Amino acid sequence: MNKDIMLCGVGGQGTVLSSKIIAAAAMEEGNSVHSAETIGMAQRGGSVTSHVRIGENAHSPLIPWGNADLILSFEPAEAVRNLKYLKKDGVAIVNTLATRPVSESLSDTGYDGAIMTDYLKKKCECIFVDSVELCKPFGSSRYFNIIILGIAAASGKLGIKKETLLGMIEKMVPEKHVETNKRAFLTGFKWRA
Amino acid sequence: MKEYVMGNGAIALGSLCAGVNLVAGYPGTPSSEIIETVSKYPHEGVHLEWSVNEKAALEVAAAAAYSGARALVTMKQMGLNVASDPLMSVAYIGVKGGLVIVSADDPGPISSQPEQDTRRYADFCRIPVFDPASAEEAYRMIQDAFEYSEKYETPVLFRPTTRVCHAYASIEIPEKYSAKDYEGFVKDSRRWVIFPRLSYMNHGKLEKRNVEIAKDLSAYKYNTVEGGNSEKAVVATGVSYAYAKECLRNHADIKLIRIATAFPFPEDFALSALAGVKELICLEELSPYVEEQLLKLAGRHRLDIEINGKLNGKVPHNGENSVELTGAILKSFLGIDTGFDGIDVSDTPELPVRPPVLCAGCPHRASFYAVKKAMEGRKAFFCGDIGCYTLGNAMPLDMVDTCLCMGAGITMAQGFNHTNSDAVCFSFVGDSTFFASGMTGVVNAVYNEADTIICVLDNSTTAMTGHQPHPGTGRNMMGNIVDTVDIAKVLEGMGVKKVLTLDPFELDKCITAVRECADEKGVKAIIFKSPCIAISKPETKASIDPEKCIGCKKCIREIGCPALSFSGGKVVIDANTCTGCGLCTNICPTGAIASQCGGKDKS
Repeated sequence: MNKDIMLCGVGGQGTVLSSKIIAAAAMEEGNSVHSAETIGMAQRGGSVTSHVRIGENAHSPLIPWGNADLILSFEPAEAVRNLKYLKKDGVAIVNTLATRPVSESLSDTGYDGAIMTDYLKKKCECIFVDSVELCKPFGSSRYFNIIILGIAAASGKLGIKKETLLGMIEKMVPEKHVETNKRAFLTGFKWRA
Repeated sequence: MKEYVMGNGAIALGSLCAGVNLVAGYPGTPSSEIIETVSKYPHEGVHLEWSVNEKAALEVAAAAAYSGARALVTMKQMGLNVASDPLMSVAYIGVKGGLVIVSADDPGPISSQPEQDTRRYADFCRIPVFDPASAEEAYRMIQDAFEYSEKYETPVLFRPTTRVCHAYASIEIPEKYSAKDYEGFVKDSRRWVIFPRLSYMNHGKLEKRNVEIAKDLSAYKYNTVEGGNSEKAVVATGVSYAYAKECLRNHADIKLIRIATAFPFPEDFALSALAGVKELICLEELSPYVEEQLLKLAGRHRLDIEINGKLNGKVPHNGENSVELTGAILKSFLGIDTGFDGIDVSDTPELPVRPPVLCAGCPHRASFYAVKKAMEGRKAFFCGDIGCYTLGNAMPLDMVDTCLCMGAGITMAQGFNHTNSDAVCFSFVGDSTFFASGMTGVVNAVYNEADTIICVLDNSTTAMTGHQPHPGTGRNMMGNIVDTVDIAKVLEGMGVKKVLTLDPFELDKCITAVRECADEKGVKAIIFKSPCIAISKPETKASIDPEKCIGCKKCIREIGCPALSFSGGKVVIDANTCTGCGLCTNICPTGAIASQCGGKDKS
């Protein structure tokens, strides 16, 4: 399998764990995997990306523009920022909840994400996700990084089996959080399936 | 055994497999995970340390290498400046056991000050440098670096870049590896004591030796020629080679030459690789080092080759390369289509900018705010330093007037004091930076009678680079609990007469103390002590009473906490990011913000 998957969002949203689970699951299914992620200063509330490259053809650690099969975006503006990476027939799974940077709160330009989702609709196949709604039963937006994996698995665009992903969640999430995270994954899966 | 690790992890595992005996370094993006990886894998018989700075790390490692042990030193490229003093000399003295210095470069720059090129240091101090293009290569190449170091009894530089350091790949490592046996230090003052006569002799020897190494490296397996016999060739180094491979995947006829050892330049290899080439383009990041070597080569051997690159404007000098940039350069040079066309995004709407900010609940925000409030209406300069707290420059705090290099804040505040006597001159330094390079500056202030206030932002960790321990934390990398070096006592010991230790969240107390210090002559120090929020992770939260919130946004305007936002005419607190530090509780004029700690020192 050759597949490029990009994850993007804002520092602190948990994109790194999601990308690690995807990478581990793809390897578990016998694929060669490379990945890269934002580390350092930008993690402090900046825009962050993870690039997961599945298959033997990947040389660059980062996905070339126009090459990603799938974008998992934890924030609408970040999906737009990284849209250049998506293939013309690629799919973007996008959290509709906007994260407003501190500078926006200061100047109050009224960024709310709707402009971004409207733009995305015109540009590519999108699956919009209301994270507030889906995270409600979990009492925290922190589970969105696992919910979105469930959605990606159910969309059929990830190319990785649901069971493999669940197995990796079991392996990689701290033991006391495994059950909740598995439920989060299945919540996302059922929502899309 | 397969391990999925970062390039830095691959460097660590490669070193362990090479039988490394001692690993020392100082944290710095993008190099920090090397030492962390060593600590996570079996490393029996290996001495592992976070040294106080890079100079200390290299000196510790040099002694190990004099003793015949294999030693690895890790740092970011700026750290090599700090370590350059021992580096220049150990290059002349040489080693017995392998000594490999990893200096991670950061094209972009992504998390650094200048776009410095470690390969220049290799040339400057006349020692070999290895330049991996991927995490997999880094694993094997670091082992080669140890071999070359021992074979030629010289320290060797190893230069990965951010995209190699932070790229993950599967590495196959043996089930078992062990630290190398070594002889121990054998006294020989004619060999180990640097004197002018010895330097003169060794300088001559190492230049002769470098000719030998260049010949040896001409056969090195990572100096490669691929593709066809085209008259137009692509020369690439480091990760730019990976980008070129990606761009040329459908163009197997193009000659691709890859230089993995920039110094000593593998001249014989380059000459044979360039046979039949009429025109080339050099793809490398940071400085045009290989391009210059090719120009020299062409000059010396009177080669009729047009050499393109940074020096004739065909490749940008600054910033990192990428597949896309490489594609555009090759499209214009070779007239080929590299095909990275995606969705047309030329009509992208204006995107919110997201400069990095101090975390919600970060004690640095409280410290900066206290000093800012205390100095309202007074002329004051704020000298920042390297660490998370550089982010204190962001609006609305705006509390970093200068930032230069590690430890510079303490000394620059003195320079401002001597030339701007009407201003109160502050320096802000983190606890790890204080130990790394702040202490000598304090002595300088005391000795040279500066009027300055040193604010040590002590969060008991090296936060920015991933929470490494340091001498003030009481833990070391051998897994031991050790005596903490007390910053207050250090300051007192160095002659600072007034040293205060305060909780930055006790706002009123802090403001009073800062004012008091500002009115006194001499060197004063305030240690703002509160743990890094990313480590202590309190469960407390603040909450807004929407009835009381008048929507004045004073809380947002004053402290710019990322947990605070404005919606529907009221301030909203994001319960997922808020830590209940209570700073905003102290600021709200209507008492609309409740926090479980009640807002310490609410008066």
